[in-house]
Amino acid sequence: MLLRVTDRGLWCEPADCYIDPWAPVERAVITHAHGDHLRWGCDAYLVAEPGLGVTRQRLGAIADRARGVPYGAPNTVNGVTFSFHPAGHILGSAQVRVEHRGEVWVVSGDYKIDPDPTCEPWEPVRCHTFVTECTFGLPIYRWPAPEVVTAEINSWWRANADAGRASMLYGYALGKAQRLLAGLDPEIGPILTHGAVETMTARYRDAGIALPPTTYATLDHRDPTWSRALVLAPPGVDGTPWARRFGTAAAAFASGWMQVRGARRRRGVDRGFVVSDHVDWPQLLTAIAATGAERVLPTHGFTGPVVRWLREQGYDAEALPTRFEGEQDDRAVDETPDTTTLSADASSSAP
Amino acid sequence: MKEFAALYDAIDASTSTSAKVSALVHFFRSAPAADAAWAVAFLTGRRPKRLVRAPDLRRWAAEAAAIPEWLFEDAYAQAGDLAETITLLVPAGHDRSDDTLAAWVEQRLLPLATLDAPQQQAALRQAWQQLHGTERFVFNKLLTGGFRVGVSDGLVVRALAEVAALPTDVIAHRLMGQWEPTSAWFTALTRAETTDADWSRPYPFFLAHPLEQPLESLGESTAWLAEWKWDGIRAQVVCRRGRVMLWSRGEELLTGRFPEVEATCALLPDGTVLDGELLAWGDDAPLPFTALQRRLNRKRVGRALLSEVPVRLIAYDCLESGGVDLRSRPLHERRARLTTLVQALPTGAAVQLSPEITSASWSALRDARAEARAQEAEGLMLKRRDSVYGVGRRGGDWWKWKVTPLTVDAVLVYAQAGHGRRAGLYTDYTFALRDGDGLVPFAKAYSGLTDAEIREVDRFIRAHTREKFGPVRTVEPQLVFELAFEGIQESTRHKSGLAVRFPRIARWRRDKQVADADTIDTVRAMLRASRTSS
Repeated sequence: MLLRVTDRGLWCEPADCYIDPWAPVERAVITHAHGDHLRWGCDAYLVAEPGLGVTRQRLGAIADRARGVPYGAPNTVNGVTFSFHPAGHILGSAQVRVEHRGEVWVVSGDYKIDPDPTCEPWEPVRCHTFVTECTFGLPIYRWPAPEVVTAEINSWWRANADAGRASMLYGYALGKAQRLLAGLDPEIGPILTHGAVETMTARYRDAGIALPPTTYATLDHRDPTWSRALVLAPPGVDGTPWARRFGTAAAAFASGWMQVRGARRRRGVDRGFVVSDHVDWPQLLTAIAATGAERVLPTHGFTGPVVRWLREQGYDAEALPTRFEGEQDDRAVDETPDTTTLSADASSSAP
Repeated sequence: MKEFAALYDAIDASTSTSAKVSALVHFFRSAPAADAAWAVAFLTGRRPKRLVRAPDLRRWAAEAAAIPEWLFEDAYAQAGDLAETITLLVPAGHDRSDDTLAAWVEQRLLPLATLDAPQQQAALRQAWQQLHGTERFVFNKLLTGGFRVGVSDGLVVRALAEVAALPTDVIAHRLMGQWEPTSAWFTALTRAETTDADWSRPYPFFLAHPLEQPLESLGESTAWLAEWKWDGIRAQVVCRRGRVMLWSRGEELLTGRFPEVEATCALLPDGTVLDGELLAWGDDAPLPFTALQRRLNRKRVGRALLSEVPVRLIAYDCLESGGVDLRSRPLHERRARLTTLVQALPTGAAVQLSPEITSASWSALRDARAEARAQEAEGLMLKRRDSVYGVGRRGGDWWKWKVTPLTVDAVLVYAQAGHGRRAGLYTDYTFALRDGDGLVPFAKAYSGLTDAEIREVDRFIRAHTREKFGPVRTVEPQLVFELAFEGIQESTRHKSGLAVRFPRIARWRRDKQVADADTIDTVRAMLRASRTSS
């Protein structure tokens, strides 16, 4: 096995390095900067070049341990060649291609095929073994066209603005928030941000991603145009004093889980917009077919049904027990909570 | 159908009652009367009888979605709602139907009952092709019989009252009892004249609030009339035009089920409406609720059961006498009228007066409440003597003061995933008590935990599953919860030999281990104690 799971992560033995390790290791190859894939305390981090800014932001005090490599550029360690390929998940997200003596593995990290103006589009990479996420690996998850959802969000915002109330739009601070932001129509009103969103948005702008203007809403910030504003914030702030001071704002949550009514009702928000940075069921099957892989190892998500389905289709398939999202094969948890900072150690050094 | 789907979306998308009412008003004003009639029927919880067998429906939906049945079942387990699962899985077609709600219900949905299975399958496939998004969800909801949306009957009544420019009481009364949702019915429902209430209809039931404040805050105890809070079935008997109609609080006509009660009611003067409780009755005291349950599901009652489990109507209010609506008269006046009517009945009649409990002082009432369980009662009712008989649950005048529930500490042993808002979370629990060295399953409970606790217990269950039997997981016995319940009965249907009434979770006892949980003997002792005190 070119890659196998150890107690520290997905290990490539001949190169002695780990992909998205969950414990401190010497050499980490990182698919993207979300908390369950990028963890504190490794000696060296290798990431795709466009994601260097957000990675360093999250590493804080140890930012200088991260190094960027352009998409497609080979990097050879002990005869094992690693390269990054766009995953379409968030800015700088990558699939990791690993080649050793003619055998090719691809680790998807998190990915989506839907177009997203804030990151490079996913591209299929041919391989023998495909390690894939399957967060939404059930056929009830089929995303509506992104432009349709974008239009829904803008018309929800406009209706709220016309009714004189602010719109709270909850989405993860890294990736989801910037993708949402890119689709907002700044003609409707001002766009305010929570600190976690603002910080990551600044890194996106540094990387040359064009985004509508935003205003960082500090706790003492007062704005007479609030009633027309859209406020972008991470879901965790719902109900906090920071969120409450916007008064009787309408609230919406943007997530793939919003596809199911029960999950929407559980959130207790007025609206749920189906926006996900993961593949839905049809995209998952399309991606797997496009890799040409004979062996598929689903990691986090609905691994049970996905493995069974793939086996029925003639694939050699087996679940790979990683700690990305923990054990959640049949679980209705929310998408990875994005805590922005990596750990207690890192939080002191992050702004 | 589009308009009704839009109404559904508007209700579903909002958590504000005024927004919901205005969406309803808009719909009732613009929809054809036939559509409005069906909408009222569905929104107030009336639903078609089962039209299609559920296993057939699932198989056909899986086929239409071109996925194997096991994958359909996995998807259903995650979505937690059959109608929604079908809506999400079956691909939409190209042709769309512009038919009205009434046309869909009358020409497509209800006729399914008359078709054989292959015809049903073909009809459903065509329907799924022609309906998109919420329209399809609504159709599937009607098909699967569980139509629920975030509006109470009260909001529907408010909206209809606004549309008809009538008081809500009038609309509420017109919605009581049995009616057919036709365009003529809807027109009558919103008509301005108010003297037309269908003679067979019961009055809307007046409900009490649970008493949470101290008794003394209610003022003088003598201003209150106290009675037992009976643990039976709330019912209204309507005697008009020489007929007797017995209605349950669920507005179901109970005709034929309690012949002894109906026979007695036939002796009441015409133009009488009484409110009371149906109870299984022994010599001079109520039998446990489980006895009444034996009578409940029988449309026709045999002679043996009639003599074994006789039923009485324990009357506590008189809403109409001599054909005159007395609801706006004070309770003491209605009670006097009721007493006269009941006392005129022959001795041993199946209608009796719910006895008044002395309310000379609050402490006397506290003592009485302590006796409630021995009386097979759930507690006391406190009604202000000068109160009118209102509509729905209106605060201030009627209180229910239940006995303190019995509690035990029990161990979580099985869990099952919930539905709807709790889809995909393990929320339906079975609890066990200690029995020697082992554990014996004792009660199921679904409510009482906060959302945060539910999530935490869900995580525990997933991490500590021993076995899966279909949807049920056996869980390592570690977590202890305090269960509250209202009463205990012996039961041959339960492994523990005991059945409890209204079990729910009082709190999570994080401080307790399995060894600290109560034993089955403790509960048996509670059962004995409740008997000997009577």
